[in-house]
Amino acid sequence: MLELKGIHKYYNPGTVNEMCLFDNFDLSVQKGEFISIVGSNGSGKTSLLNIICGSIPVEAGTIKLEGKDITREKEFKRNRRIGRVHQNPAMGTCPNMTILENMSLADNKGKFFGLSRGTNKTRIDAYKESLRQLGLGLEDKLNVKVGSLSGGQRQAMALLMSTMTPIDFLILDEHTAALDPKTADLIMELTDKIVREKQLTTIMVTHNLRYAVEYGTRLMMMHQGECILDKKGKEKEEVSVDTILSLFNEISIECGN
Amino acid sequence: MDLAVTILEQGLIYGILALGVYITYKILDFPDLTVDGSFPLGAAVTATLIVKGVNPYLTLLISFVAGALAGVCTGLIHVKFKVRDLLSGIIMMTALWTINLRVAGTSNVPLFSKESIFNNDMLKSFVPESMMPYMTLIIVLILTMIVKIILDLYLKTKSGLLLRAVGDNDRLVISLAKEDGNVKILGLALANGLVSLAGSVFCQEERVFEISMGTGAIVIGLASVIIGTSLFKKMTVIKATTSVLIGSVLYKACVAIAIRNFEPQDMKLITAVLFLVILIISMERKKKVKGNA
Repeated sequence: MLELKGIHKYYNPGTVNEMCLFDNFDLSVQKGEFISIVGSNGSGKTSLLNIICGSIPVEAGTIKLEGKDITREKEFKRNRRIGRVHQNPAMGTCPNMTILENMSLADNKGKFFGLSRGTNKTRIDAYKESLRQLGLGLEDKLNVKVGSLSGGQRQAMALLMSTMTPIDFLILDEHTAALDPKTADLIMELTDKIVREKQLTTIMVTHNLRYAVEYGTRLMMMHQGECILDKKGKEKEEVSVDTILSLFNEISIECGN
Repeated sequence: MDLAVTILEQGLIYGILALGVYITYKILDFPDLTVDGSFPLGAAVTATLIVKGVNPYLTLLISFVAGALAGVCTGLIHVKFKVRDLLSGIIMMTALWTINLRVAGTSNVPLFSKESIFNNDMLKSFVPESMMPYMTLIIVLILTMIVKIILDLYLKTKSGLLLRAVGDNDRLVISLAKEDGNVKILGLALANGLVSLAGSVFCQEERVFEISMGTGAIVIGLASVIIGTSLFKKMTVIKATTSVLIGSVLYKACVAIAIRNFEPQDMKLITAVLFLVILIISMERKKKVKGNA
């Protein structure tokens, strides 16, 4: 459903610092796939997500979503069909607004923000129900400002908010990286549950090799703007943490670090 | 007693301005200097229209629209041409000086014998003579309350929630498939509309338009917002809009007391020192979501 063809991406074009990240990069994502992407810093993982979401432009190539060319479509328009959770838990919520207000905003995604009541009273029970599933006790804190919640609680909310309305695509950008190991596990389990329930096509960037191996239906490793490992289905299930770790060491030695 | 009435009148009129500054400074996190131009813009529009014989109540509405247009311009400069927020305001503030002069025709328009929202045949016909000295305060109070209540209601609508979200975390607004720039422009339009409305009321109360009446308006607005919001920070029962209005009255009271003990030419220095003291006491610290995408 998502097709990236011949993507070229340069940083600082026209200067001495010009750096080519993607040179003729292709990627095709099937509906219902859950891709985990690993790779060293600077390998182009986050740039890839930014290109898909439209946060950064590309110099050449096309991006097609379900056959429709979206290469020149603005980021906010693409977001109608894309949900994204960032590494920084603060980016997915409004800290000075209450949980209820945040949920109401997310619930109205893609619709018109007019002069009708901001928070729909009849939806409160539904919000409470989905918050209860998190198991963090947030359902009793609807009128608490999100800024006073912990990073893990906020990230759980960000995940819930980005998947609240029907979307085609879920983008997870190292969304467990800023959390402690236990909370990270919790958020990861929650992610898997939501992805399964809503049958979302998902791309997850992670530095946690265990998550990459355990979760998802496809595993990719990126290095210097290229995909050096791509395993799907049965092949993917056979991959172990050790295999990618040794591959990781190989590419790191190549780079000299 | 007279002093108290004057402080309340002035405090509430500048309270409308402070509500506008509250939208930009507190909600949008946008230091908007357009205010110094949009406040006299409302006055210039009002003075011109009243001289032409337009109904004074109608001038309130027209002033609001004129101010909103000025806000839209600031927004467009900032959003479409990517000029920094502070500079966008300065550009519009400078441009408005000339526009205000052009609208009014001269730098000073007296309105002494003209009708105003405080003094017209309709009011005289049903308000008893003994009430007349307090009519200004009553009308200002009613007007300010209407503005406050409408603003409170608006901030609870979907559009209002989005406006609050854009100042809090503009990335979230983009992720909700909304153009964050348009929401900012809307906020600036609303804010400067209110500021211009305050200018209209002020010029009708003072019965004169004066080109330099907007100089320092942003300082008054900011001081009122900061006094109000930091004074009632802990009391969540009191709405932010209410505390801003109280802040405005308190600020006017402080200035009135200070002025009694000093010469008129000390006015600006007193204002500056007062503002500094308020800032230090309230310790305004900025918290903002930093984006990395």
